[in-house]
Amino acid sequence: MAKHVVAPVGELPPGSRKLVEIGARRIVVFNTGGEFFALSDRCPHEGGSLFHGKVMGLVESSEPGEYRYTRAGEMVKCPWHGWEFDLRTGRSQCDPRLRVRSYATGVVHGCDLAKDVPAAETFPVRVEDDYVVVEA
Amino acid sequence: MNIAAPRAHLAQRGKLELIDCDIHPRLRAIDDLKPYMSQRWWDYLQTYGSRKRHGFAKGHPYPKSQPSDGARRDAWPPSGGPPGSDLGFMQQQHLDFYGVDVGVMNPLWVGSSDQNQDLSTALASAHNDWQIDLWADKDARLRPSIVVPYEDAAASVAEIHKRAADKRFCQVFLLSRTAEALGRKRYWPIYEAAVEHGLPVGIHVFGYSGWPISNTGWPSFYIEEMAEHATACSAMITSMIMEGLFEQFPTLKIVVIEAGFAWLPSLGWRLDRAFDRMRDEFPHLKRKPSEYLREHIYITTQPIEETEKPEHLTDIIDWIGWDRVMFASDYAHWDFDDPLFAVPPQWGDEKRAKIYSRNARSVFRF
Repeated sequence: MAKHVVAPVGELPPGSRKLVEIGARRIVVFNTGGEFFALSDRCPHEGGSLFHGKVMGLVESSEPGEYRYTRAGEMVKCPWHGWEFDLRTGRSQCDPRLRVRSYATGVVHGCDLAKDVPAAETFPVRVEDDYVVVEA
Repeated sequence: MNIAAPRAHLAQRGKLELIDCDIHPRLRAIDDLKPYMSQRWWDYLQTYGSRKRHGFAKGHPYPKSQPSDGARRDAWPPSGGPPGSDLGFMQQQHLDFYGVDVGVMNPLWVGSSDQNQDLSTALASAHNDWQIDLWADKDARLRPSIVVPYEDAAASVAEIHKRAADKRFCQVFLLSRTAEALGRKRYWPIYEAAVEHGLPVGIHVFGYSGWPISNTGWPSFYIEEMAEHATACSAMITSMIMEGLFEQFPTLKIVVIEAGFAWLPSLGWRLDRAFDRMRDEFPHLKRKPSEYLREHIYITTQPIEETEKPEHLTDIIDWIGWDRVMFASDYAHWDFDDPLFAVPPQWGDEKRAKIYSRNARSVFRF
């Protein structure tokens, strides 16, 4: 697992997302409330692009007529058939045997970025900024 | 954005030709129709609007889980306008991306079964001009459908005669929810005109009939509307068979679009069993109901049944007939089927070629 710099933190504010290509892999990086999550862009059902999906919460119910809406911003819903995936684990909500590949993320200070950490796209690294990295 | 232009992994389909039997072009706005409407009907539409055969002036009784009448969230054209309204984006995202060789346009048109039948007639004709001018003239892969104001058989027949000379029109197009069951004689002139011109009749699910959308009344959820198409189309096909439609028009081909198909074998078995016991009520039928069904009914794949055991799906198609099933994507709607996944490679090239294109070439005479 190599670390890849995908964006300056300032370019990926809460509620935003970014599609990056690392090698042959297309990966979506989400910022939910300051936390970064990275999932494969490809829905394991029929291949819809999760980058275009709606980020939502988790709706659960213990019985008809009772609803709990929790974990706002932690589920992404495929733009095609609406399959929901947990941003933290990649696990499918409707079929927990399925999951979309998820990747560890982190934030690294510019001055700590080793020179050999590859960037997914070329942008100047400034020592005073923070950067989002994906381990893929 | 550091992303290369997306490309479909076409290797899976190999060199098989692809005909998509369900593509939904859409108006950018109602003004798209203005050039094709008389001043009288344009003014009428602006002043009085259209009246669907259900209780709401605008929108659907069952909102469709994704915005813009149930569109893929990644299908909004960068140019603005709703999904399916921009030819360039449709080419880029669908036709070119998947290598679609022919696409059948099925407009879910404004004013189908409008309560004002003359307005419905004017709108149907305008949609047919619009399909030619904005789509078929600009991309020869896209083939138009003759949309007809199907609650008015005489007006529908006139529209069919008016359009049939343009051989790009590949089917007569109705929606499945109608004021009466579609086998009833009031609709027969439409079938007669279709047969006269050698056109199949494509029937796409949805529309509004004025009746509850399920045969047990108004359900609570959109998913019930989705699943109900199977029972509604069962009743529709049963009506066609029992009324004697296929005895009257032995060359008629019916294409049932977006209704699924796993229910067809059970419908055939059930009808045959009852028919043996009530045959004397149907002296006009010369064969078992299932024989008419398998001869005259063609179906499209999307939304293809996702059976837990793959062999269940192939068993079902074995019954229906591998020459009766045609690929459809439903672009740009949310329940779109990807051409690369809906027809599994394990079925082999012979069967896949039939579903991807050969059956449609024969039905639509491409």
